[in-house]
Amino acid sequence: MINRIFILLALLGLILMFLPFLKDFDFHDQLGDLSSQYVEGSINDLNSQNVVTSVVVTYRGLDTLGEVTVLFLATAGIGFLLRTKKRSKKSRKSSELLQTASQFLLVLIILTGIYIFLHGHLTPGGGFQGGVLIATAFLLLILADANVEFNHKVLHLVESFSGTFYVLIGFLGLLLLGMNSFLDPTIIPLGSFGKLLSAGAIPVIYSLVGLKVGSELTTILDKMGGE
Amino acid sequence: MISIIIIILGIIMIAAAFYAIHSKSLLSAIISAGVISLLASVVYLLLAAPDVAMTEAAIGSGLTTIIFIFTLRKIKKGGLDD
Amino acid sequence: MIFSLILGFILLIIGLYGMLTQKNLIKIVIGFSIVDTGTHIIIVSIGYLRGKTAPIIDNAVDLANAAKQVVDPIPSALVLTAIVIGLAVTALMLSFIIKLYHKNRSLSISDYQELKW
Repeated sequence: MINRIFILLALLGLILMFLPFLKDFDFHDQLGDLSSQYVEGSINDLNSQNVVTSVVVTYRGLDTLGEVTVLFLATAGIGFLLRTKKRSKKSRKSSELLQTASQFLLVLIILTGIYIFLHGHLTPGGGFQGGVLIATAFLLLILADANVEFNHKVLHLVESFSGTFYVLIGFLGLLLLGMNSFLDPTIIPLGSFGKLLSAGAIPVIYSLVGLKVGSELTTILDKMGGE
Repeated sequence: MISIIIIILGIIMIAAAFYAIHSKSLLSAIISAGVISLLASVVYLLLAAPDVAMTEAAIGSGLTTIIFIFTLRKIKKGGLDD
Repeated sequence: MIFSLILGFILLIIGLYGMLTQKNLIKIVIGFSIVDTGTHIIIVSIGYLRGKTAPIIDNAVDLANAAKQVVDPIPSALVLTAIVIGLAVTALMLSFIIKLYHKNRSLSISDYQELKW
């Protein structure tokens, strides 16, 4: 009982801390200096339609690299915690409908995922969303047959190659364009605004992120969902 | 107009959050946490952030719910078998 | 948008309340994911500007003064990565729970008191 009172007091204190913030919060009707520079730079310097993509991949590209590293470490932790010595062979049949549909839908869902991360610089979406869609395609396979075995060699190969090439493209910028240009997408010609082949290396980097996220999330789902 | 939709969605989300905290059944709690994420993606869309809305709809309400349910299944079966 | 800001704060408080009062480990993780959603809503609503469109420069936006017509792209980019990290952290916590349950056959936080003082 005394615990409950302390918890409520702590939450009340938190609310009292938030209230001045809510009261004095002023809504701007203009973008700040940094944001408007990002928007204009995305149009003029990078030829990328989606400003969020150019912030994620280029302006804050080093943060995205760190974020992908965190994802990799979490996947490694899950793989370490949930390692199984032998897989039990008692199979639980799922319904006929799910099994047939999963064969048919698998390719379509993977194609949609690839479409989303290739068009990350033109439309909403990008590497993270496309990668998650690819992982859901494999989730459908796990749901249809809990004993499905993925080829772990291929998964690890895709994951490590995309990670390595991501870092290599960053170093290529340092090599070709000099200092201060780690992960600079202008190492590839920028192309014309609004076309698929535009924005320099942004589609390449986002595709690599998509493959990496897709293979890592598939590994997580395989570890958590496998019986 | 946007404010009215956000208020309605917010009331549903707060109710779902209370249900997720106080429900006796773990499965219902997991599903209502997924409902919160799904409605949050609509809120992001109204706040003019379609990228975030896509991510939240795919990850927050899709994969997170599935991972919770997989965990529940593993625990119901009695943990790992090694 | 002040309403979504308030909504985010309320969700954050409810999630914290759940994390602090519930005994079940899975319930605590559910509370964590509610806190996650609340924080993301707060960050996105800070970047919202009234009457402006999404930061995607297509035909609907005038190229010459695009910076006057779009909302802030930086909070969207931050939340985009934070959501993916949230999934990975949740999955890691849940696999710890599976491991703990396998060791002690209990989901109640009261049974794990090795570090309590």
